[in-house]
Amino acid sequence: MEEYQIELTVNGEKICSAVQPEQSLLKFLRSKGFTDVKCGCEKGDCGICTILMNGKTVKSCITLAMQANGKEILTAKSLEKTEIGRKLQESFVKHGAIQCGFCTTGMLMAAKGYLDRNPVPDKNEIRKAISGILCRCTGYKKIVEAIYDVATENHGVEGDIDV
Amino acid sequence: MSEFKVIGKAIPRQDAWAKVRGELKYADDFSLPGMLYAKVCRSKYPAAKLISVDISKAKSLKGVKAVLTAHDVPRNETVTKFGQSTDVKGGFEGLYRVLAEEGKKIRFTGEPIALVAAETEAIAEKACDLIEIKYELLPGVFNPEEAMKSDAYLVGEKDSNIVNEFGCITGDIEKGFVESEVIVEDRFEIPFIDHAYLEPEAGISWLDDYGTINIRVSTQVIEHFRDVAEVLDIPHNKVRYIGTMIGGGFGGKEDITVESFIALLTLKTKKPVRLVYTREESLMAHSKKHAFIEKYKIGAKKNGKIVALEAHYIGNAGAYTYLTPWVGLYATVSATGPYKIPNVKIKTQMVLTNNIFASAFRGFGSNQANIGYESMIDELAIKLNMDPLEIRKINCMHTGDTLSTTEQVIKTYIALPEAAEKAWAGLGEPSISKEKNTKIGRGIAMGLMSYGRMTFLRDSSRCYVKLETDGSLIVRSGIPDLGGGQISLLSQIAANELGVPMDKVKIYYTDSMLTPLAGTTTATRQTYMSGNAALKAAKIVRNNILNKAAEVLNVNPNQLDIVSEKVIVKFDESEYLPLTEAIQACNAAGIELYSEAQFNAPFTGIPDLSNIKGMTFPDFAFGAQAAEVEVDIETGQVKVLKIVSCYDVGKALNPACVEGQMEGGSIQGMGYALSEDYDLKEGIPQTPSFTEYIIPTSVDSPDVKTILIESGGGLGPYGSKGIGEPSYNNIVPAILNAIFDATGVRIRRLPATAERIIRGLKKEYFKK
Repeated sequence: MEEYQIELTVNGEKICSAVQPEQSLLKFLRSKGFTDVKCGCEKGDCGICTILMNGKTVKSCITLAMQANGKEILTAKSLEKTEIGRKLQESFVKHGAIQCGFCTTGMLMAAKGYLDRNPVPDKNEIRKAISGILCRCTGYKKIVEAIYDVATENHGVEGDIDV
Repeated sequence: MSEFKVIGKAIPRQDAWAKVRGELKYADDFSLPGMLYAKVCRSKYPAAKLISVDISKAKSLKGVKAVLTAHDVPRNETVTKFGQSTDVKGGFEGLYRVLAEEGKKIRFTGEPIALVAAETEAIAEKACDLIEIKYELLPGVFNPEEAMKSDAYLVGEKDSNIVNEFGCITGDIEKGFVESEVIVEDRFEIPFIDHAYLEPEAGISWLDDYGTINIRVSTQVIEHFRDVAEVLDIPHNKVRYIGTMIGGGFGGKEDITVESFIALLTLKTKKPVRLVYTREESLMAHSKKHAFIEKYKIGAKKNGKIVALEAHYIGNAGAYTYLTPWVGLYATVSATGPYKIPNVKIKTQMVLTNNIFASAFRGFGSNQANIGYESMIDELAIKLNMDPLEIRKINCMHTGDTLSTTEQVIKTYIALPEAAEKAWAGLGEPSISKEKNTKIGRGIAMGLMSYGRMTFLRDSSRCYVKLETDGSLIVRSGIPDLGGGQISLLSQIAANELGVPMDKVKIYYTDSMLTPLAGTTTATRQTYMSGNAALKAAKIVRNNILNKAAEVLNVNPNQLDIVSEKVIVKFDESEYLPLTEAIQACNAAGIELYSEAQFNAPFTGIPDLSNIKGMTFPDFAFGAQAAEVEVDIETGQVKVLKIVSCYDVGKALNPACVEGQMEGGSIQGMGYALSEDYDLKEGIPQTPSFTEYIIPTSVDSPDVKTILIESGGGLGPYGSKGIGEPSYNNIVPAILNAIFDATGVRIRRLPATAERIIRGLKKEYFKK
């Protein structure tokens, strides 16, 4: 099958590669060693493969690698390079928002993408923002609290984690 | 005992940072040079005779390295084990086949027929399509009640579809019903459901320099190395399992998944082979939670006192036995829940059908029982016009009571009705219905659930603890980490006993040949079993340190403790020996600073299965869950507004992990109550992906309120109890009872979908 050349940056690293037109961005990224992008369903149901493409959260399994041509991709491995990313990681760890961890990188990227756009959301807005990503272990409470904690810090107000 | 230093604290888990950094290598994140990709060719039909499998075209496809059928499997027909090192016969053999055999029956849609290994995934997939399979279609049987009839289609080769039967008789059931002043009877239908872990099954296998098969796989049971060795017909010590961190399991990774397949292909090709299921294949290939049909009859006095309970369970085992007998036993033992009932008769029949096979799932038969008895207690309360909490208080077990089914004496603290009262009160002020069409309702359910395995399995766990010369601590355990914080907990226990900070503890885990076998991460057993093994090992090292330090400090060892890397004299902390110096002193004297210890659960014989009596489990966890729902009576839509989960956890060793189990268990159970249904039509799955099989999202889920009772009465380390499965055990009937409270509709067929609620409302309307 015919292959096409694409050029993109992933976590700041420039990548040039030939891809088949039907290859998903998820499979492409994983083949390049970005195994922090997880594969759960390959049809956009579970959302754990969520990444940022030019700042926008996308499910990489239903995005073609070719659509990423010329774009800037961020995966979970980029989180520690930004303040909000580090805060989110710390908050997830502190709150125990991680169990099996298989949704965690997707959750973190969705949280990062959302807080970049809306730094001071309430808990319901956070729930909506991460509703495209399934978690089977935690029941979501600690994940929402972890993100909310970072958000309240953004706002410079006391965190209220009681419901 | 040493003081609590890290025990009881919500400290971050050791695996947490690797997970948020995306550094953790799950089973699918690992590859080897020259590896091949495997695919499984599966049956398209649920019931057929396999006439022939022609692999010639597939084999000649460029890039294909091996195509295997049942002929290539040294021991194709085998029994599933789940890690026990003692054999339990007597109908407990969980038969299954690695690959379907020519001339024999295919039993379910998705049954594996052939295996392919190829240079790329695409070639492997294409080769699967080139395998020519001839079937002779057979009628099959899909409903367990049909399958039990004497003239039913036979799923397997035996002359009956009934796998086994269990019973429990206490008192005189006839007399009990004669004495009853009110009787309630009902029937419930509970569907198959799926574990829906986010990580599909995955593994990779390779041969090492000495011809040993190495398998790196996501599994709850590394002791399956023995089962794979038996399939391959090689000695047990020639198969090594390296367990990865598991991306969710819930019982679905308790049976063998990909391991036999990749091991066979590696042996054939001498190359590394990787197999990863797609989501659709995962749903089609792995076990389900048993569907149940339940008939309940309860008799009580007018004052609410229950005098008789009769239950008949029919468990739908699907196509192969797997762990079905054990699930049946759990359901039977749990059938009366935490209630004192003098006259009891329970009958359980587990039946094969041509559906996907059912096996382990969080709760393991206890949930299905809990849904039945907690719905029935609620019906009884309504019939007697009693408060649902009151009727539970009148009938519940108290400390020192025996189980009404097996008459096992519960020796530990029973936190009832305390847990139910706290859960109910935890709902707070009732919500006010905002819309004209919505109604608010509340429900409660309580229950008991075992932690630790059935005692006749003779369960044990081992753990190794060692103090290094620099004062750092090494723990080694074969414990699989399901995401519950299993590895971190063992580190915490060792750190606590040896006064070492958590960041100086390193645990090596889940390797069947290099770490001591800790048994399975199933049955809510690891805190109890491996926690006790870690504690035992750490205490041996601790005592050696204290004895030597006592000599140096010229005091009695029992006057010493180890705190913050110092061996201190209690009550006079100015006098101490740095831990590293105590270690040096021990090493110089040749005193061992390592220990591998084994913890054994209580052992019993196999009970009489027709009337199970006496101890079958080491202990039980008691708790309750309460829910408040809002039901739209025009659309039937249910929104769960509040959930309160209250359990006696004995001692919360890491409260964040305990809460995590209780929050996650509640929301997973909410899915069971409202949306999850692995529906099959004539054996064909109707919910092949997460588009159709609906699990709760963040917007569906309320913030679960958790209330921990710490009685200190558990059999685990520091008086802890297991909570993994118990936390999932009462939520379904709590929600169903809340729906009844809101609408007057009793859900008898799960899940409580909008359609079923609307149908129920219509029925109620016409009754009036």
